[in-house]
Amino acid sequence: MKQNFGSFVKKESLHILRDKRTMLVVMLIPVMLMTLFGFAISTEVNNINVAVVASERTDGVRDAVERLSQNGYFTFNGYISQDEIDYFLRSGKAGAVVVFASDYDRRVEQTVAGVATKPIIQLIVDASNVNTAASATSYLQNILLGTASQQAMFETRMLFNPQMRSAYNFVPGIMGLIFILVCAMMTSVSIVREKEVGTMEVLLVSPVRPVKIIFAKMIPYFAISCIVLVTIMLLARYLLGVPMSGGVGGIFSLSLLYLALSLSLGLLVSTIATTQMAALLISAMVMMMPILMLSGMLFPIENLPKFFQVVSNIVPARWYIDAVRKMMIQGLPLVAVWKNCVILIGMTVAILSVSLKKFNDKLE
Amino acid sequence: MSDVVISVRDLTKRFGDFTAVDRISFDVHRGEIFGFLGANGAGKTTAMRMLCGLSYPTSGSGTVAGYDVRTESEQIKRHIGYMSQRFSLYNDLTVWENIRLFAGIYGLSKTQTEERATELLDRLNFSSERNTLVCSLPLGWKQKLSFAISTIHRPEVVFLDEPTGGVDPVTRRQFWEMIYEAADGGTTIFVTTHYMDEAEYCSRVSIMVDGEVRALDTPARLKQQFAAESMDEVFRTLARGAQRGE
Repeated sequence: MKQNFGSFVKKESLHILRDKRTMLVVMLIPVMLMTLFGFAISTEVNNINVAVVASERTDGVRDAVERLSQNGYFTFNGYISQDEIDYFLRSGKAGAVVVFASDYDRRVEQTVAGVATKPIIQLIVDASNVNTAASATSYLQNILLGTASQQAMFETRMLFNPQMRSAYNFVPGIMGLIFILVCAMMTSVSIVREKEVGTMEVLLVSPVRPVKIIFAKMIPYFAISCIVLVTIMLLARYLLGVPMSGGVGGIFSLSLLYLALSLSLGLLVSTIATTQMAALLISAMVMMMPILMLSGMLFPIENLPKFFQVVSNIVPARWYIDAVRKMMIQGLPLVAVWKNCVILIGMTVAILSVSLKKFNDKLE
Repeated sequence: MSDVVISVRDLTKRFGDFTAVDRISFDVHRGEIFGFLGANGAGKTTAMRMLCGLSYPTSGSGTVAGYDVRTESEQIKRHIGYMSQRFSLYNDLTVWENIRLFAGIYGLSKTQTEERATELLDRLNFSSERNTLVCSLPLGWKQKLSFAISTIHRPEVVFLDEPTGGVDPVTRRQFWEMIYEAADGGTTIFVTTHYMDEAEYCSRVSIMVDGEVRALDTPARLKQQFAAESMDEVFRTLARGAQRGE
């Protein structure tokens, strides 16, 4: 009996290996998403063109501009006149314009001495993209504040992600998404395909226990997911520089648990869907959308309306992403996210038992 | 073991109020080609599923290859072969990989697999296609290969569910030669079909209407009984009385 299990796993692996296109997609999607989210798509403010209006280029102004242009987030775009401000912002030549008062140096002295409180620098920011405008403003204020008054009012320290790099935020999210994609979608489609083509019938008439057929299907996808997992972790560590301070072993174990959960989800979908197309749609709509919207991957859960906050509790990815974030970025050990682990284990057991039961009922 | 390979008494399957199979009884003997006929919806498939251990009978009893359909479905599955109307091999695997898979499923050893595969491929003149992907074979070849593989573990009974659907007449003829050959070798064949000329090839034929077996005999005697020229006529006479449609 062991032998027939082996021949099943071999058969499933062959199916996957023969389907080179799908294989390629599965292997490339994580790499693509990682690079996309890691570099291209980010909520950080980068390379904002800043133009400066200053009637006199005093030492104070020069000093401030010097600080601006040295900062990686901004590109100094030259001095312009008052009349050009509108044109520069509209044409996109500048994302922000800094206007220095004509008696800037004197006012700085007065401010330091506590004599005057009138604004001495005007920031004119292109707010057509709210996020960019908000971050640009706060960065600019920070940089220019330093020049305006040497005494800092706040001392802010950004813990765990001092550079506020959004890649840190996205990696756990991508992991939560990818494994559902690879495990749940691919397993469900592959099981339903056999139902559709008619080979499942032949397998069911054979002495192989249905449970074995299912597990034999899961093993190769599990293996692929492990490869994907290693790829993502390597990319995260060495390409994006995510700290992984919570220990690679812990993140790996947690991810294996999540893989098991995704595979059970795939099995559940396969018991519901009767065509490959349906399996795909269910995986995409019913599983991907909540992950994108309700898992905290894109939008913080705290920002959701109360109703959706409650709903988000049943999205497995939410617990996984939250735990991975804590371990990868905050550097907590696996023990510290025990609550998430227990919830994920509970969900896996529940989903697996429901789908195995449904699968067996179908046979009757 | 006795001469009777399949024995069914009052076998019934109900789905709620609907009686799909209504107290059917018959015996099938060793080496027989037993034609199992009926219009769509007459209950053929359900009856066959019960015999294959895929569906649990509501009442009645039956044995297949000496095992009880109620309690020993695992044993039954081990001793039967099955080939469905839909193509039942894997298109993205080679001929040899398909053979190896099914040999593995039925627990054949490596040497046994190798032996039987070689013998099977020789018999079909397929030796040169050993490493060809099944999807690139013509349909007729696939069906023949499918049949050969369904008997690779030398089962006592083979269930063929409309095995020749969509196959050209020449290949169908060849396919039936294979069936005869297997029957001569002592394998019992249980076959459903919609082709009435194929019904003539069977040793005995049963015709199901509305979940019941309405006629069961050799084709010759059935024709005599219904004063018909052909099995087609016999079938139509019986099917006309059907209450259930598609």
